[in-house]
Amino acid sequence: MSLLILGLCVIACSGFVALLWGNKPKLSSSLACAGVVAGAVLGLIPAITVLLNGAKESLRYDWSIPLGSFFIELDPVSALFLIPIFVLSALAAIYGTQYLRPYHQQKFLGAHWFFYNMLAASMAMVVLARNAVLFLIAWEVMSLASFFLVTFEHEEKQNREAGWTYLVAMHIGTAFLLAFFILLGSSTGSLDFDVIGNIAPSTANILFLLAVIGFGTKAGFMPMHVWLPEAHPAAPSHVSAVMSGVMIKTGIYGLVRTLILLGQPQEWWAWLLIAIGVSSGVLGVLFALAQHDLKRLLAYHSVENIGIITLGLGLGLLGLSTGLPALAVLGFAGGLFHVVNHAFFKGLLFLGAGSIAHATGTREIDSLGGLLKRMPWTGLTFLIGAVAISGLPPLNGFASEFLIYLGVFKNGITNGAQAVVLALCIIGGLALIGGLACACFTKAFGIIFLGEPRTEHARRAHEVAFAMRLPMLILAICCILIGLLSPYVIRYAAPVLTQATSLDSQVVAEEVADTSTVMWWFVAAAGLLIGLVVFLAVMRKWMLRGRTVRSAGTWDCGYAAPSPRMQYTASSFAQPLIYLFKPFLMTRSKPVSTKEYFPAESGFATETADVSLRYLFEPVFNWINKTLSRLHWLQHGRLQLYVLYIALTLLILLVWKMR
Amino acid sequence: MNLISITNSVLAVLLAPLMFGIINRTKAIFAGRTGQPLLQTYYDISKLFKKGAVYSSTTTWVFLAGPLVGFAAVIAATVFIPFGGLPALFAFKGDFVVLAYFLGLARFMTVLSALDTGSSFEGMGASREVTFSALAEPAFLIGLAAVAKYTGHISLSPMLTGIDSVSWGHAAPALALISLAFFVVLLSENCRIPVDDPNTHLELTMIHEVMVLDHSGPDFAFILYGATLKLWLLGSILIGIIVPVHSGILLLDIVSSLLGMLALAVVIGIIESIMARLRLLHVPQLLLGATALSILALVLVSR
Repeated sequence: MSLLILGLCVIACSGFVALLWGNKPKLSSSLACAGVVAGAVLGLIPAITVLLNGAKESLRYDWSIPLGSFFIELDPVSALFLIPIFVLSALAAIYGTQYLRPYHQQKFLGAHWFFYNMLAASMAMVVLARNAVLFLIAWEVMSLASFFLVTFEHEEKQNREAGWTYLVAMHIGTAFLLAFFILLGSSTGSLDFDVIGNIAPSTANILFLLAVIGFGTKAGFMPMHVWLPEAHPAAPSHVSAVMSGVMIKTGIYGLVRTLILLGQPQEWWAWLLIAIGVSSGVLGVLFALAQHDLKRLLAYHSVENIGIITLGLGLGLLGLSTGLPALAVLGFAGGLFHVVNHAFFKGLLFLGAGSIAHATGTREIDSLGGLLKRMPWTGLTFLIGAVAISGLPPLNGFASEFLIYLGVFKNGITNGAQAVVLALCIIGGLALIGGLACACFTKAFGIIFLGEPRTEHARRAHEVAFAMRLPMLILAICCILIGLLSPYVIRYAAPVLTQATSLDSQVVAEEVADTSTVMWWFVAAAGLLIGLVVFLAVMRKWMLRGRTVRSAGTWDCGYAAPSPRMQYTASSFAQPLIYLFKPFLMTRSKPVSTKEYFPAESGFATETADVSLRYLFEPVFNWINKTLSRLHWLQHGRLQLYVLYIALTLLILLVWKMR
Repeated sequence: MNLISITNSVLAVLLAPLMFGIINRTKAIFAGRTGQPLLQTYYDISKLFKKGAVYSSTTTWVFLAGPLVGFAAVIAATVFIPFGGLPALFAFKGDFVVLAYFLGLARFMTVLSALDTGSSFEGMGASREVTFSALAEPAFLIGLAAVAKYTGHISLSPMLTGIDSVSWGHAAPALALISLAFFVVLLSENCRIPVDDPNTHLELTMIHEVMVLDHSGPDFAFILYGATLKLWLLGSILIGIIVPVHSGILLLDIVSSLLGMLALAVVIGIIESIMARLRLLHVPQLLLGATALSILALVLVSR
């Protein structure tokens, strides 16, 4: 515990120091980065220890804030979330020092690093806090720090707008959380998490709904996800990586913690989470498919992956509420494992997107092409991330999705009506999500890295510096290792699962051992696959030895002058699927056709705006604006009348008190 | 792990190219032609293995990795397949999910190596491939869920041995629906008529053939061999359901399954002779239809 506190102090203090030396950008960056890395290493030691042995360590001080106490605890569930937080924050910081180099002359980097370190420390604090007041303070620091990080390039209007969307969304979420904690506190009498005991079922229902909305806004459940596709493209890439990889997971953490606090779940909670999971998953990947901006695409994929995580949690809850322990263990195992996996591959992909933007100056997928030859390392690591996020073996993304499948097949399809719905939602949903994710990432990787450069931007690209390649390489290796070592990962996850499901540790241990055996079979098959690939590669090399191997242009069907502009674009690649799912996506196309008799300029553009933003939130906020504008006469800017309001209010209160 | 089950993989690797020969022979008979030799696919593959290679100057290592991973993934996937009473070499809970995702990996890399050429033809094929496979995946996995539900097992080997002539007696509608759904998936995943026409090498109507336009020599041999194996893989699952002979005599079971595969190839040949390819816009309807059949089968077995 003391190591952990020390680690957090190092991160926070180095942030302050970086702020003080903010006018020396190089020194400031290095100091902040060194602080985050050192703090992360210090923090990882206790986190891993607790995760492995399943013990709890806590620390409690009284605090002068009403109802508050400085009460933090490190238990397996917190440790599970802490590990990706520390790893990704440290790697993204290393990346950031290099990524921000072009801004050295233009920006005050001290502020950026201050907020970055604050974000890292507050995320860790959120998963450690065991008192509602402390939790909300950490939560708010996290939201505000990330707001300032998102609006790093505030000179651009769209970034400011993205920042506002983000800030508003976060505070709507926090409002629900305030209500949640007030209700929780009033029904139990304390705001410390350990004294929360029996909660009446009706209260528990309301608490669950408040938590789903409050934490779901942070996590990015459909339709509360609207801030994600705005904020992620606006933020610098290392910040996007941290926000998408781990910050949105604090929402999932909050939900898991709430479920632990609330005890025995109701069955409809499970179905609600499954419904949210399927809709977020499928719609997330569909919207991703329709995007032209790489970072927007990745942001929608976060919605998709949060959907998969929620599916896992929903399945686990279903197991708990209907008395199927195997389902509960596998559901939570799949969901929580995906939390960790998503942090690694999404972090990797956002860093990759940053490298692309850094090297070419654009994030427009259709303007790129042929980058693999110019950026071999970024390309290789991006490909590994793409395979992992598509849930393909033998990487980590498959391992966690497989656990969810396994849970449904093993225990979910046992009785009548539930079987059909589960198979449809989870098996059908995951299969469709998997297929669409493949489509989306073949599009992203294929159009960006393969073929010929489509514009001058792409042609002039160069590989990024070592400090940017190293974090991507480490994350890619993690994706491979976690996939191939998944049987061990499952085995060591037993304490986390025992805590998350509140089941008997013996039951969990049996289920975990059984699953671990299954995963060994998968690893054996993956080993066979890798062996075969190597064997075939050697065989081909041997066969081609001494034969003519020529290089020629791509076969063009006899056309004499092919040009890079004729290549298939991302938009055309995704078109069949977008056409098929038109009713959900409402993509608008703007063909500019020539109406005159003589040739003139023509063009075509498509845009897929966020449906929930346009058809849900905008009308609601417009309505609120319109309704409240009737009260405008109260607020007219005359100070003396405002003073009169105050005096009148006081008078009324006095009269009311004396009555 | 039953080592004799390695026969399944050996049979698949040895006999898969023959399926193409039988399909072609059936088509030739329908068209009144003599047709190519039954073993033509073997000749093609061995000829390609002996050739040199031409690589496009646009391509990178991804283009080289595509055929390798594609072929390795389908060979590796043969270990999940039970055949003629023999359980699969690798039989474990949820093995069919791993099988489906191995095929997914093969597809992912094939699509990338098509995009690597920068050719819009190949891009077009790649785009259609990912579209149709994304829709075929739910039909396949929900169908397998129905089989799992019916037999009470979640590993392919006991699932397929769990279906016998008795099951066809009292669950015929569900099993027929599943078989039909799997047959559609098989036609779509293997790029046969009515989804794709394997004979049209240079038209815009195609999916799989156009993705591999630029591959040559040993790479193309891997792709061709891989395509035959994929047909064998999905075919043997289908035959495992339709021809449930479990007499206990190994030879009889294997021979009856082989006869089933022969019949399957003939049926595919007949379909290719008497049907035209669907319009591309109608293919999704076919695949959604297959998904609906799978769901219906699941409802039937869940009663």
